[in-house]
Amino acid sequence: MMKNIPISAMIGLFFTGLYFFVALAAPLIAPYGMAEVVGDVWEPSSAEHLLGTDNIGRDLLTRMIYGGRTTIFIAAAATILSFVTGTSLGLLAAVLGGWADQVLSRAVDLVMSIPTLILALVILAIVPVTVPILILVMGLLDATRPYRLSRSVAVDINVMDYVEAAKLRGEGRAWIIFREILPNALSPLVAEFGLRFIFMVLFISTLSFLGLGVQPPLADWGGIVKENKDGIVYGIGAALYPAVAIATLAISVNLVADWILNRTTSLKGGRG
Amino acid sequence: MHPIIKLVSQRLALGLLLLFGASALIFGLTEALPGDAAQAVLGQSATPEALANLREEMGLNRPALTRYFEWLGGIVQGDLGQSLTNKLDIAESIGKRLGNTLFLACAAAVVSVPLAIFLGLLAVRYRNRWPDKLISAITLTTVSIPEFLIGYVVIYYVSVKLGWFSSLAMINDSMSFGQKLNAIALPAFVLTLVVLAQMMRMTRAAILNLMQSAYIETAELKGLSNFQVIARHAFPNAISPIVNVVMLNLAYLVVGVVVVEVVFVYPGMGQYLVDSVTKRDVPVVLACGVVFAAVYIGLNMVADIVSILANPRLRHPK
Amino acid sequence: MNEQITHMAGQVTAGKMTRREFMGKAAALGVSAAMASTMFADAARAAGPKKGGDLKFGLQGGESTNSLDPATYASSVPFQNGKQFGDQLVEVAPDGSIEPRLAESVEGSADAKVWTFKLRQGVEFHNGKTMTSEDVLKTMQRHSNEDSKSGALGIMKGIESMKADGDNFQVTLTEANADLPYLMADYHLIIQPDGGMDNPGAGIGTGPYKLEVDEPGVRHLFTKNENHWNSDFGNFDSVEVVVINDATARTAALQSGQVHAINRVEPKVADLLGRAPNLTVHSTAGRGHYVFIMHCDTAPFDNNELRTALKYAINRTELVDKVLRGYGSIGNDMPINAAYPLFDSTIEQREFSIEKAAEHYKKSGHDGSPIILRVADGAFPGAVDAAALFQQTAAQAGIPLEIKREPNDGYWSEVWNVQPFCASYWGGRPVQDQMYSTAYLSTADWNDTRFKVQAFDDLLFAARAELDVEKRKGIYSQMGRMVRDEGGLICPMFNDFVEGISNQLEGWESDPTQEMMNGNVSRKMWFA
Repeated sequence: MMKNIPISAMIGLFFTGLYFFVALAAPLIAPYGMAEVVGDVWEPSSAEHLLGTDNIGRDLLTRMIYGGRTTIFIAAAATILSFVTGTSLGLLAAVLGGWADQVLSRAVDLVMSIPTLILALVILAIVPVTVPILILVMGLLDATRPYRLSRSVAVDINVMDYVEAAKLRGEGRAWIIFREILPNALSPLVAEFGLRFIFMVLFISTLSFLGLGVQPPLADWGGIVKENKDGIVYGIGAALYPAVAIATLAISVNLVADWILNRTTSLKGGRG
Repeated sequence: MHPIIKLVSQRLALGLLLLFGASALIFGLTEALPGDAAQAVLGQSATPEALANLREEMGLNRPALTRYFEWLGGIVQGDLGQSLTNKLDIAESIGKRLGNTLFLACAAAVVSVPLAIFLGLLAVRYRNRWPDKLISAITLTTVSIPEFLIGYVVIYYVSVKLGWFSSLAMINDSMSFGQKLNAIALPAFVLTLVVLAQMMRMTRAAILNLMQSAYIETAELKGLSNFQVIARHAFPNAISPIVNVVMLNLAYLVVGVVVVEVVFVYPGMGQYLVDSVTKRDVPVVLACGVVFAAVYIGLNMVADIVSILANPRLRHPK
Repeated sequence: MNEQITHMAGQVTAGKMTRREFMGKAAALGVSAAMASTMFADAARAAGPKKGGDLKFGLQGGESTNSLDPATYASSVPFQNGKQFGDQLVEVAPDGSIEPRLAESVEGSADAKVWTFKLRQGVEFHNGKTMTSEDVLKTMQRHSNEDSKSGALGIMKGIESMKADGDNFQVTLTEANADLPYLMADYHLIIQPDGGMDNPGAGIGTGPYKLEVDEPGVRHLFTKNENHWNSDFGNFDSVEVVVINDATARTAALQSGQVHAINRVEPKVADLLGRAPNLTVHSTAGRGHYVFIMHCDTAPFDNNELRTALKYAINRTELVDKVLRGYGSIGNDMPINAAYPLFDSTIEQREFSIEKAAEHYKKSGHDGSPIILRVADGAFPGAVDAAALFQQTAAQAGIPLEIKREPNDGYWSEVWNVQPFCASYWGGRPVQDQMYSTAYLSTADWNDTRFKVQAFDDLLFAARAELDVEKRKGIYSQMGRMVRDEGGLICPMFNDFVEGISNQLEGWESDPTQEMMNGNVSRKMWFA
C-alpha cells in the first residue's frame, strides 16, 4: 500500500499530519504561554525566539502554534458541517426532484445571491461572536457550495443507465443514494473538500481581518497576519510566517485530496 | 414554444422572484442589526435630542414594513431613492461604482479565464509530469494566500520599490481608457491570481475525466496530436462544469472583492456596500444587495442554460 | 563653511536652489542630513510661501456615506473637507490662543455672560453672496435649535439667546463661561449662506478653496478661491482629498509620491517610514487620549477600591512603548495633560504597581469572577493589543480580566456609553472646561464614566465664572485630582498625531488642537 503513494502525496500527508499533530499538542510544544509578553516589539529571530516576536512582544512561534490549533479546528469543523449539510441536502434534492428540488435549490440560490462575506458580517454583528457560532455561521453559509456541487453531480449520475437500471430493479431511494450515486460522486466531492478547507481558512482570516474573528488573546493564523501586517512593507517577516503556514497547509491538504482522487468529474463551488 | 425559450423565460421569472426574496432577506437582516442610521451618523457625538431629530428627518420612526414597501414601490418604478446619510441620489452613486466594479472584473476576467483554461489544458497534456505539477503548485499557492497579503506584497515591490504602477487604483471620468487600464493593473493582477486556481483545476479535472472515453481513444488512433485531441475533442464535452466554475468566479469578481478594493483604494461597489451596512443606510444596502443578487442570478442562469445545452441527456428529459 | 552655507541659504531664499541641490551641497560640506534639512526649511520659510501646485491628501476616516453638511462631521475626511471650503468665526491658534477668522474680534462682558463677535466685512461666499450677521445667526441656530441634528448640539447647550445686530453677532449665556470663544471655534460651526438651512450639504462656504468634485468615500476636489478674504491663506491651485482608509496603502501612497500628506501613520511603522528619503514624519503631542472607562455607578465598578486596583494594574510605560511606540505620553487617569492651558504639572503621577493593585483588589472584596473588558479595533488604534497587555499585568495582580472583542460596526452606539467597562477614545478639547463639561459633569450626555459628584460640578461652575487665572488653575487642579482618585477613567496614554508629509511641502507647524495642523495644511503650507 505505502509503495503506491507518490512522493507529492507523501509530502502532503507529512505536512498535514504535522500541522494536525502540532494543533493537538499545542500546550505541550509551545515554548511560552499563548498570551505571554516576553520581549520587545518585532524582535528578529533569535535562539530564545525562533521566529522573533510579534507586534506587542509575544513569542511568534508560540502564537503560530496556538494559532494553528484555532485555525485548523475552526476550519475543519466548519468544513465538515458545511459538507455534511450541503451534500446530504444536495443528494436528496437530486433524487427527489420536482418540488423538493425546486424549493431547496431556490433557497440555496437566495442565500448564495447575497455575497457570503457581507452576509457573515451582518449575521455576526447581530449575534455574539463565539467559536461555536463562528463555526455554525461559516459552515451553514458555505453549505450552499457543496449542495450545488453534489446536486449537479448527482443529477448527471441520476440519468446514467446504471441508475436507471437500479430504479427498474425496484431499489429504494436510500439504496440509490448510498449504493449508486454516492460512490460515483465521491471523487469530485473529495477534491472539493480540499479546496473548501482552504476557503474556510481564508474565510476565518478575512473575518479576523475585519475584526470579527476569534476573541483575543486567542488568534488564528489570519488574525496573526492582520496583527503584523503593517510590518510587511518594511520587510518584517512576522506577517509572512502565518501566511506561509496557511499556504503550506492548504497545499498539503490538497496534495492529499489529489491523491485520494483518481478521477474527477464535476466540480463546483466558489471562493467567498 | 421551443423548450429552450420556455426554459429561459421560466428562469427569468424565477430570477425576479429570487430578487424579491433577496431584498426581503437583506432588509430583515439590516433591520435586525443593532443601532440605526441616526446613531451611526452621529457616532460618539450623539445626544438624545440630536438623535431624535435625525430619526425624525430620516423617517426612521415609521414601522419597518411601511419603509420596506415604500422602497419596493419606488424600485418597481425604477426609483432607487436617496441615501439616508448623505442625501445623494442612489442610482447615480451606484451607477458610477458599478461601472468601476465591472471594469475591474472584466479586466481580471479577460486575463484569467483564457489563462486558466490554457493552463488547464496544458496540465492535462503534460499530466503527472513536471509542467502539470508546477502549474498545480503555483495556482494552489496563489489561492491559499490571503488576498490582502498578496496585495501588500505587490504594492511593496511593484509600486514602492520599482515604481512601475500606481498603488492607488483611483479612476475617474477624466481619464483615458489607457490611463484607467494602467491604474487598475495591480488589483486586476491580484484578482487574476486569486481566481485562477479554481478555474484551472476544474478544467484539468473535467478533461482528465473524459480522457478515458472511447471516442478520445478513437481520436488518438486517428493520429491527431495530443494537444489537438484535448482541445478539439475533450474540451467541448467538458464545457458544462467549466462554464459553471467560470461563472461562479466571474460572480466573485463582481461581488466579492471588498478586500482588494480596500487595499488598492478602488472606488467599487463592495466598499460602498460595507460602508452603508456600517452606517445602517438601508436604502443603499438594499440597492447594492439587489444589484449583487441580480449579477449572481444572471450569471448562474447562463451557467445552467449552457450546462443543459451541453448535456443531451438533460436537453431531452424523458 | 559657514559662509558657504549662508550663501546657499540665500540662494534658497531667493528661489534659486532646490532642496535636492541644497542637500547635496550641504552633504559635500560635511553637514548632517538632519541639520541640512532644518537649515533648508528655515531658508525656505524665510523666502516666504510660494503659490501654485496641486496638493493631494491621503486620509484615513472617510466613508461613502459622508455628507458635506458640517452638522454631520464625525471623522477625519469630512473635517478636512470643511476646512477647505469653510471658515469658523474664530480658530484656536497653535499656541492655544483664539485667532480671528470670520469674526475680526471677540469681546465678553465683565460677567462673561454676553459675548459679542464683530464680523469681518466684505467676505464673499462661493456662490457670490456677501456674508452677513444674519447668515452667522442662522448657522448657529441650525446647530442649536430644537430640531438640530448637529454633532455640535452638545456644546451649544449653555446658550440662552443669540442675535444678529448689524455687523455684530451676540451670544447670551445662561451661566457665565469665560471660554465661550473656544466653543465657537468648533469645526462643525462653519458659516454657511443662510446658515445652510436650505441646502446644508452644498459645500458652499467662505473658505480658501471651492468644491469641484464630491465623491464621498473616494475623493473630494477643491480649487483655489481667488476671492478669499485673506490672500495669505491657501497657496495651492487645487487641493484633492483622497480617502485611503487602509494604513498600509496610505503609507505606500506617500512613499511612492502619489500623495503629499497622510494622517494616522501607524506608530509601529513610523520610524521605518521616516527612513524614506522623500518625506518627514511629524509627531505632534495633542490632547487626544486612549482610555478604558468604567461606570462608577455599576457593580462591580461602583467600588472605588476595585477602580483603584485596576488603575494600578495597568503598565502605562509599556503601553506607550508598545502600542504607541513612544509616539505619545503616559496618562494619569485624568483627561487633562500639559497640552492644556492652566494644567497643574505638580499632580503626582500614578505609577504601575502590582502590589498596590493586589492590595486594593483585596480590599474591594471582589468575588473573583471575570471582569469583562469590551474592546474593538475601532475604539482606538491598537485597542485590542492594549487590552491584551492590560490583561497580562492585571493577571499578575490576581485580577481576572476577560477581554471581549466587539465588532467595530456599531461600537459607538452599542458598547461605548452603554457597557460598564470598555475601551474608548477622546479627541480632547481646546480647554479644560470644555473637556470636563462634555464628559465629567453629572448631567453631561457623554458622561461615559457615570462620574456624578456634586462637589465636582460646583467646582466646574465656579471655574467658569472665575476670571482670575491663578485661582482658576487651582480649581482645575483640584478637579483633576478628584477624577484621578475617584473617577472611572483609566487613562494610560495620550497619543500624538503622527503624520507623514512630503518633503516637497514647506511651512509645517505643530498644532495640538486637531490632526494635520488643525486642518490648516492647505492654508499654511506651500510647495518648495
